[in-house]
Amino acid sequence: MLRYLLNKIALLIPTLVGITICAFAFVRLLPGDPILAMAGEHGVAPARYEELKEQFGYNLPIWEQYARYVGEVATGDFGVSISSKRPVLEEFKTLFPATLELSFFAMIFAMVLGIPAGIFAAVKRGSWFDQSLMGTALVGYSMPIFWWGLLLIIFFSGYLGWTPVSGRIGLQFFFKPITGFMTIDSLLHGKWDAFRSALSHLVLPAIVLGTIPLAVIARQTRSAMLEVLGEDYVRTARAKGLSAARVIGVHALRNALIPVVTTIGLQVGTLLAGAILTETIFAWPGIGKWMVDSIFKRDYVVVQSGLLLIALIVMAVNLIVDVLYAVINPRIRAA
Amino acid sequence: MTQTEIAPMAAGSPDRLTGLKTFWHYFSVNRGAVIGLFVFILLVLAALFAPLLAPYAPDVQDKTAFLRPPAWQAGGSTQYLLGTDPVGRDILSRLLYGARFSLLIGAVVVTLALTGGITLGLLAGYFRGWVDVAIMRVMDLILAFPSLLLALVLVTILGPGLFNAMLAIALVLQPHFARLVRAAVMAEKSREYVVAAKVAGAGHLRLMLATILPNCLAPLIVQGTLSFSNAILEAAALGFLGLGAQPPTPEWGTMLASAREFILRAWWVVTFPGLAILITVLAINLIGDGLRDALDPKLRRS
Repeated sequence: MLRYLLNKIALLIPTLVGITICAFAFVRLLPGDPILAMAGEHGVAPARYEELKEQFGYNLPIWEQYARYVGEVATGDFGVSISSKRPVLEEFKTLFPATLELSFFAMIFAMVLGIPAGIFAAVKRGSWFDQSLMGTALVGYSMPIFWWGLLLIIFFSGYLGWTPVSGRIGLQFFFKPITGFMTIDSLLHGKWDAFRSALSHLVLPAIVLGTIPLAVIARQTRSAMLEVLGEDYVRTARAKGLSAARVIGVHALRNALIPVVTTIGLQVGTLLAGAILTETIFAWPGIGKWMVDSIFKRDYVVVQSGLLLIALIVMAVNLIVDVLYAVINPRIRAA
Repeated sequence: MTQTEIAPMAAGSPDRLTGLKTFWHYFSVNRGAVIGLFVFILLVLAALFAPLLAPYAPDVQDKTAFLRPPAWQAGGSTQYLLGTDPVGRDILSRLLYGARFSLLIGAVVVTLALTGGITLGLLAGYFRGWVDVAIMRVMDLILAFPSLLLALVLVTILGPGLFNAMLAIALVLQPHFARLVRAAVMAEKSREYVVAAKVAGAGHLRLMLATILPNCLAPLIVQGTLSFSNAILEAAALGFLGLGAQPPTPEWGTMLASAREFILRAWWVVTFPGLAILITVLAINLIGDGLRDALDPKLRRS
C-alpha cells in the first residue's frame, strides 16, 4: 500500500512542475509588459516601474525568475493582490470555505438523489421510470448551468419569493467563523434564524452546481448496477433465496458503488469549473467568483496564484480518490 | 491531415454500403438519437437560412419596442413572436442567427481538437518512448485544470473574442482525443494487419494514417460528438462571463449575459437563449448516445 502511494505521488511530480510552469508562464504570456499589465489603466511612474521590475525579479534571466517563483510558492508566498492589497493566500483561505460548502452540499444533493434513482432505474430496467429518468438525466447533463441558475432565480426568488437572489447569508447576521461553513457555524453559535438564512441562500446554488454531477451519477449508478446485476454472484445470491432488497442492497450495490465512487471523485474538477459560473450568478463569495472578478479587475497576481491553488486542489483530490479506490479495491494495488 | 485518407476499407465496395446500413439499423433503434438528429438538421437549416427565416436583421433596434413580451402574453404582439430585448431587437431573429455561431463554434472546435488530438495521439502511441512521455505529460497537465478555468485563463492571455474562445476550448478538449487515439493505436499496433503492412514496406506515415487510424475511428466519432456539444456549452459559458463572443454578436451565451440584469422584469430575454442552448446541446448528446450504441459492438448487444 505504501509503495502504491509513493508510486502515485512520484507520478504527480511532473504534473506538479508543469502546473507551476503554467502559473509562472501565465503572467509572462499576457500581452504587453507584465508590470504595466498589473498596474492597470493608471500606469506607473518610470522610477516605480524600475522598482517593481526589481521587486518582481523581471530583470533576472528567465530560469532564475522561475526558480525564484517556485521558491516563493514553496514557502507559501503567493504574492499580494493588486486590488485588495491583501496576501493572496489569506484571501484564498477566507473564500475557499464558501466554495467548499457550496460544492459539498451540491455533491450531497447529487448523491442523495442520483444513487437511489440510478439503482431504481437499473432494477426496473426499461420501465417508464427508467426511461423518463434517463431522459431527465440527459437533459441535466446537457444543461447550461448558468441559464439553469437564472431560471431558478426567476421562479423561486422572483415569482415565488422563497429564496434570496444572491449572497451567502442575510447581512444582519454576523458571527465569528469556526468551520467556515455558514450553515454549521450558525448552528454552533445557536442562531436558528441565521441558520435558516444561510440555508435559504445555499439551496439554489447547491441545486444548480449539483445538477450535472446528479445526471452523471444517476447514469453511472444505473449502468454499474446493470452490469453487476448480471454477475454470477448476484445470481447465486438470488438462488440462495435471499430477499430482493438484500440482493440489490448488499450484494449488488456494494460492487456497483466502486465505479460510482470514482465518478464522484472525478466530478471535483467539474464542480470547481461549475463553481465559477454558479458563484458568478448567485454572487456567492467563493474562489470561482474571485477568479472571474480578478480577471476583470486585471488582478493577475490573484489569477496566477488562484490557477495554481485550484490545480493543486484538483490534483490532491484526485490523489485521494486514487488511494481510496485502492483501499476499496485491492486488485488495483497489485497492478 | 486530410479526411479523405481515413475512408474505411475500399471506397465504393459493397462492404461499405452494408456497413452504413448496419450502422443506420442500430442507430435508428434508438428513438432519442433519431429525434436528436432531426432537431439537429432543423438547427442546421435554421442557421443556413437565417436571413430568409428571420423576420428582422439581428441587430435592428426598434426604439418603440423595448422589452416587449412574447406574442402570447399580455402586451405582446405577433410583430415580435418571442418578444424583444432591452434595446428593442427581435429575440427570434437573434436566436436564428445565433444558431450559426453555435454550430460554427462546435464545428471549428471539434476540427481543431480532432486534428491536434489525432496528431499527438498517433505520434505518442506509434513511437512510444520519450515522444509518448513528453506528449502525454502535457496532456495530463491540461487535464489537471478544470476545463472552464483553463479556457478562462487562456482567453485572458489571448484576449476576449469568439475566435480566441474557440481556440482556448479546442486546446482544453484536445487531450481527450489524444488519449483515445494513443490507446487505440497501442492496441492496434501489434495486430497482424499492421505487421503485414509494415512487412509490405509501408512507411511510418502510411502505417499511422492509412493503416492504423481508420480502425480507431469509432470512439473518435463518439468523442467528437460529445466535444461538439461541450464546445457549444463552454463557448456559451465564456460568452456569458463576457469573455467569449462580444456584444452585439447574437451568440446565445452573450445574449444571456446582456439579459441578466432584466431577469426579474422580463423572463423571456433570459429564457429563450438558454432554451436554444439546451435544445442544441441535448440534440447533439442524443445523437452521441445513439452513435455510441451503433458504433460500439461491446454495447450493441445490451
